[in-house]
Amino acid sequence: MSRIKSALTGAHFMNGDVACAEGAIAVGCRFFAGYPITPATEIAEHLSQRMPEFGGIYVQMEDEIASLAAVIGASYSGLKAMTATSGPGFSLMQENIGLAVMTEAPCVIVDVMRGGPSTGQPTMPGQQDVMQAKWGSHGDYGIIALTPSSVQEMFDLTVEAFNLSEAYRVPTLLMGDEIVGHMWEKVVIPSPDKIRIVNRKKPNVSPEKYLPFKPDDDLVPPMACFGEGYHFHSTGLTHDEHGYPRTSSSEVQSKLVRRLCDKIQKNADKIVKVEEVMLEDAEVVVVAYGIVARAALSAIRKAREKGIKAGLLRLITLWPFPEERVAKAAKRARAIVVPEMNCGQMVREVERVAKETPVVFLSKLGEEPHTPLEILEAIRRSK
Amino acid sequence: MVQETVPVVVHPFSKYLRAEMMPHIWCQGCGNGVLLNCFVHALDELQTDLDKLVVVSGIGCIGRTAGYMNADSFHTTHGRALAFATGVKLANPELEIVVISGDGDLFAIGGNHFIHAARRNIGIKVLCANNLNYGMTGGQQGPTTPLESVTTTSPYGNIEHPFNLVHLAAASGSTYVARWTSLHVRRLTQSIKKMLQKEGFCFVEMLSPCPEIYGRYNKMRSGLEMMSWFKKASVVENFSDPSKADITPERIVVGEFVDIEKLSYEKMLHEKISKINEKAIEGVS
Repeated sequence: MSRIKSALTGAHFMNGDVACAEGAIAVGCRFFAGYPITPATEIAEHLSQRMPEFGGIYVQMEDEIASLAAVIGASYSGLKAMTATSGPGFSLMQENIGLAVMTEAPCVIVDVMRGGPSTGQPTMPGQQDVMQAKWGSHGDYGIIALTPSSVQEMFDLTVEAFNLSEAYRVPTLLMGDEIVGHMWEKVVIPSPDKIRIVNRKKPNVSPEKYLPFKPDDDLVPPMACFGEGYHFHSTGLTHDEHGYPRTSSSEVQSKLVRRLCDKIQKNADKIVKVEEVMLEDAEVVVVAYGIVARAALSAIRKAREKGIKAGLLRLITLWPFPEERVAKAAKRARAIVVPEMNCGQMVREVERVAKETPVVFLSKLGEEPHTPLEILEAIRRSK
Repeated sequence: MVQETVPVVVHPFSKYLRAEMMPHIWCQGCGNGVLLNCFVHALDELQTDLDKLVVVSGIGCIGRTAGYMNADSFHTTHGRALAFATGVKLANPELEIVVISGDGDLFAIGGNHFIHAARRNIGIKVLCANNLNYGMTGGQQGPTTPLESVTTTSPYGNIEHPFNLVHLAAASGSTYVARWTSLHVRRLTQSIKKMLQKEGFCFVEMLSPCPEIYGRYNKMRSGLEMMSWFKKASVVENFSDPSKADITPERIVVGEFVDIEKLSYEKMLHEKISKINEKAIEGVS
């Protein structure tokens, strides 16, 4: 047996981008293709140094379109693959996010969100891409998106993103932000045997009998890779279970697109993760995610000190949207406060499931995320 | 009575194609079938291991080729075949990756990927069917449409200078560059064979007749008329200056233009990775 001398375990002090890169290595990612962009560049820089130590590949492509295309290619060659970017690059990737969805290529895309639209504010944090994460590529599809609130979670959720991506054969998005990307914090890395690793299902039939897009009961088809003798075809066109194009069959279109949505939606209870803090008796519930959830946690504690029954529902999974958890919290609450670093995105989803419970939206744009006092003030007003 | 059984005749090349995908979508007189035929001949002559072959296409008429080949195959988004293939080749350098696509896919929407794949000298073999227009969408002007050609989007005659694909491929760093027309089947097959045996990025262009779409607007309504143009205008000028290899109504310069040796990107990358990886590994008993 051999091991890599520099494999990290134990406690380290690092920034979020580096933690994300180390998470990728820990979960077995061995292919990174990317294009430099602030504030995600450190992920590429770190992996350009670390990947070869683990026998993995770093390649810098000519743009973000090519980066994701190469990632999908590497995934079909059998490697766990990822790319990392920010807003402008995330926009360029939308085309191939659709391709990865349609061809069911497991891969991870990290978006370290900055201020948009367009070139926006490259060195400032934002949460303006969270709806794009769900709806950015054309057509209907299901997708998984996670939001880290800390440097530790940049590590943990990168591992989780790969596992979900491999389990459901779907591109999985890690929606960080400039603060969790650049902030330095303590990260504890478990020993390799303590890290849960999920690998894609392989076909257990002979090449003659293999139908590359015939799903199992979990709606996910086993995946053969190039060079394994299966001689299969994969296309971005609407295709049947053989993988062959069927561009004028309503039946095939309906079956395929509904499955691509259902394999995420019907498995949502297995995918969704949230953190609930003092929700049991909460009259005011703050629904927050990413860096903003840190201020929200502080705010609900301060509210409790002042005798206000406040609680936090932190969304770790953004997509599929944790509908049931939000609805449950909303049912008990008198009001919901949603702070976001955008002009109102996830709050629309919260409103959709909160039914009669009033929802207060707190918007913030630019350098500073919400302060605990600002969120506290909103809690006070809505109690 | 003597009963004789009729032996089942299997086409010797049937193992290369997916019968269930036939008939193909190509028009009468189209050159794409010629390109596919020459490609299959080359594979057969080289006894290529089909288990290790990956055919990648972009979007367009010729883009359907990937689906017709009985090998691992992938039909990417428009223009991205080379970027996708780069990931495939780097992740598994043992695979033979052939990108078969058109002039619009490879040089308009995918032009940036082409020059960078050639610059890196990644071992991808590119076969381009150049039909001088966008056939699949009904015949619009594209990056290789000759000056003054009439198309559905250049109804008054094309005023954009076309790319000279062999010049572009040579200048971008390809190790092998050739151009033939669908008339030159033997030489085209030889060029495909040659490129399949070479290291690094290789490019073979085949001028393909598109009588149904391009020809109809440019006074060549049948495949035969387009082939007559190829026959009349083609001049073989092997290893001539690719910058002067024009395609005009009067003159189509064909031949091999580049045949050089250069270490491929995947070889350099994997050698580097092995060295770094070796240093990083320590034996644990």
